[in-house]
Amino acid sequence: MRDSRTRSKGRWAAAPLLVFAVIVFGVPMLVLLGGTFTKEGTLSTANLTESLQGAYLTALVGSVKISALVAVLGGVLGTFLAQAVVTSRFRALREAVLTASGVLANFGGVPLAFAWIATLGNSGVVTTTLGLGQHGWNLYNFWGLTLVYLYFSIPLQVLTVVPALDGLRPQWREAAQNNGASTWQFWRYVGIPVLTPALLGGVVLLFGGAFSAYATAQAMVGSTVPLVTLKIADALTGNVLIGHENVALALSLDMIVVAGLVMAVYLPLQRRSARWLR
Amino acid sequence: MASLTPQVSTQVTTQVTPGTVPARGGGRPRRPRVWRGVVLLLAAVYFLVPLIASFVFTVKAPGRGFSLDAYGQIFSAEGFGGSLLLSLGLGLATIALVLLLTLPAVVAVRLGAPRLRPVLEVVCTLPLVVPPITFVAGISTVLRWGPDYLASTPFYQTIIALQNPGFPVVLVLAYVVLALPFAYRSLDAGLGAIDVRTLTEAARNLGASWPHVLLRVIIPNMRSAMASASFLTLALVLGEFTIARLLSFETFPNWIYRISGSQAQVSVAVSVFSLLITWLLLLALSSAGARQRSGS
Repeated sequence: MRDSRTRSKGRWAAAPLLVFAVIVFGVPMLVLLGGTFTKEGTLSTANLTESLQGAYLTALVGSVKISALVAVLGGVLGTFLAQAVVTSRFRALREAVLTASGVLANFGGVPLAFAWIATLGNSGVVTTTLGLGQHGWNLYNFWGLTLVYLYFSIPLQVLTVVPALDGLRPQWREAAQNNGASTWQFWRYVGIPVLTPALLGGVVLLFGGAFSAYATAQAMVGSTVPLVTLKIADALTGNVLIGHENVALALSLDMIVVAGLVMAVYLPLQRRSARWLR
Repeated sequence: MASLTPQVSTQVTTQVTPGTVPARGGGRPRRPRVWRGVVLLLAAVYFLVPLIASFVFTVKAPGRGFSLDAYGQIFSAEGFGGSLLLSLGLGLATIALVLLLTLPAVVAVRLGAPRLRPVLEVVCTLPLVVPPITFVAGISTVLRWGPDYLASTPFYQTIIALQNPGFPVVLVLAYVVLALPFAYRSLDAGLGAIDVRTLTEAARNLGASWPHVLLRVIIPNMRSAMASASFLTLALVLGEFTIARLLSFETFPNWIYRISGSQAQVSVAVSVFSLLITWLLLLALSSAGARQRSGS
């Protein structure tokens, strides 16, 4: 198996995928990078500077804020839900929640926005039934969007942490209790440290999901909530001054840098988790 | 094991602190169940209310009570068939291309070129880091170059052909990139579950050619992994909005978005409908996985 002929054949079989990735993924990314640093045909950082000022900066900060909030809230709530399911004695409940999580974690985009508009929008069923409109209820703002983003984030966190919670061995808990540890002490010194990488991994995924979400925000709030994805789409569809088209590319680069930084925090942690949870 | 543990720990508590147990009156074992009930109840309300409310919204005609008209109108609405067919066609083409590219690469990395594995991992993780909207920003810039720089070269015709509104190949290419992480993971996991090396060596010793090994030995053993990769890809393509919208192709989600302005009820009805489709796809996926497990 290890002769050189097989090896060269092996490389050859992986080549189409790598060539494809370089052309279809690499070229647009290179163009993105090139366009960011080009203004009217000359090399410049003007686009990048502009993308970090005024309304563009507000949008970028707005995106980071909502993503961080969704990631933390979704991470905590999802973990509690996962723990409730894992410790439950009903096998069917566990199966049902996991299947539902699989579906709901994929329930993003336009349909999600419409489901929530039908529920809590201005003429939504719950809004009109409970008369929330008179109490100043409004779904089309920062908090409304957070509520909607949590709808696919919590299930995603459940899917991420259930395997880790399953890996938390009952013997550890029993050992801690035999040594006189309280429930709080067990979680503080055993549970949380072992789970931290998985929890943070989930939080990073949630951040990424909320950060790059465009369809839901576009269908729900249009441009009332400043988000970087909406600004990029605006700029790409020609909604900018002539000569400023490349700001969309600069904003995209900003996004990639933020997403990359968040991922970079997560990768070293993930290596640590493998030690305990197998 | 898990169901036994609570009893064990209760016993331990009783032995360690015998004096306090009667005072608590058995409250300690029940407390976890209370918070669990509260959490599950809140989750049920949060996750079920929008689904129920959406359904109510679609069947409650103003002043007429219950009516399923909105669901009937889906099929007669202008653009429904065309956009759904386009999305399904794109989905099938994406599945074919992503399997064709990923399967040989995954097999090759496992058998002959393990040193390529990190490269493949990176290539198949990057699309997760890069948000789709930034990807489409790059793509649309490349496509805009067509008229600007390439008008006199054969590349120009290629770029025009890629954007044929009848079947935009550029969307297939972009969706393959988005699907790569999922396809790679599920195929790699599927390959890890079988003993590829032994199977391949046995087949090779019996005189099978490499294409024969791939088609008649490896693929039949990977059916469930390939099915899961295909379903995930299909769900991704059927729901993808960002790239199609910014390149101005009317796929199914874009059609829902367009009609929402004039026919709110129909658009919510389609949303409920599309959730049902996702549900069915994933149920098919998990039952295929279960069958595979019980078979092996």
